[in-house]
Amino acid sequence: MDVIDTLSGIAAGSRLDELRAHRPAAREQAQATYDALFSPIDASAMSLLERYAVAAFVAALFDVSAAEQHYARLLADADPAIGAVITEAVELGRGAGPYGSFRGELAAESQAGPELILPPRLADALGVRLAAALLHAHLLALHPRDSSRDRLQPLVDAGWSADGIVTLSQLVSFLAFQVRVVAGLTVLDAEGSH
Amino acid sequence: MSRLTTATEVASPPRFTQETLGWVPWVEPLDELDLTERHYQGLVQRPRAKNPYFRLLARDPEVLGARTKTDLDIFYNTADGLGRAERELGAAVASRSNGCVYCASVHSAFATHFSKRGEDVQRLLDDGVGADLGDEAWNAVRDAVVALTATPVRFGAEHLAVLRATGLDDVAVLDVVNSGAFFNWANRLMLSLGEPTLS
Repeated sequence: MDVIDTLSGIAAGSRLDELRAHRPAAREQAQATYDALFSPIDASAMSLLERYAVAAFVAALFDVSAAEQHYARLLADADPAIGAVITEAVELGRGAGPYGSFRGELAAESQAGPELILPPRLADALGVRLAAALLHAHLLALHPRDSSRDRLQPLVDAGWSADGIVTLSQLVSFLAFQVRVVAGLTVLDAEGSH
Repeated sequence: MSRLTTATEVASPPRFTQETLGWVPWVEPLDELDLTERHYQGLVQRPRAKNPYFRLLARDPEVLGARTKTDLDIFYNTADGLGRAERELGAAVASRSNGCVYCASVHSAFATHFSKRGEDVQRLLDDGVGADLGDEAWNAVRDAVVALTATPVRFGAEHLAVLRATGLDDVAVLDVVNSGAFFNWANRLMLSLGEPTLS
């Protein structure tokens, strides 16, 4: 049983276990991605604590409760004080996505939405790297089409390397996938057999 | 070492299109000459070393390798389940919903290639996810992927029931979920690490 099974409530030998076996590489490699993100062979570009904190933040924004609880627990086990700060940041960041602006002829489709603003007390508690990471993670999670070259500069200014920016982006984007697979499997499981 | 690429003037596509677009990175990709066997493992298919997007993601080779193999199984494992056209439609719908013009161009063109329904696909691009895609099966896939792409996720029993009514079995529904979910991963990378260009 892998993390997606656990978060979706899938038991060995169940209908959903057998269903997932039809896409064996997708199943194994989703778990391999999780392992590469949370048990990396080299965490020098993004520390484990940074990974847990960003994951707990975006899993809560995505609002799939099994995933939210899983990543909150990983973070709380690693650093309960940062866990408490992330819980506060989540309440400031929640929103309904995807929103954001379009350019060119699509501008009329633009949908305004909130930007995350971290009060100094929370930003100080997180430190410059993690504060910048949360602001970027909020953009990626809820309004990714607002991305721009300029919006990467605060990460660079906060000390994020190119390698670190890629890992941060992959982590948020992978969670966007993982929580949706969990949500879909949970609906399928609740339906009963077909 | 510079982390971001030098800003250059690019010709941005003014609308969603099935035409072939380019993509330029904002974060500096690895130099092809610096790629090691570890990076090639991550690239999975060696010709991907020519592509700046994959050379950028190769900065985390283990994640890239696992991501690529996930992608290939979701879209190219056709032993059973959903048709290729409908998987590409799922990718295009997620991309249209999130606003990824580049991803939508690639996967709408694939959807047209496999379905020969270029006009239905074009309505998705021109009119957005509310457009009538021509039949109940495609509209059901569209509704499911839009609901799955929303935050909070809205995909529920009602979407599943409509997919069932169009004849989808368990494996095909899993393919709808996987293809829509996977593009919530891909869209965020392509949107946030660079931008599309008219090629």
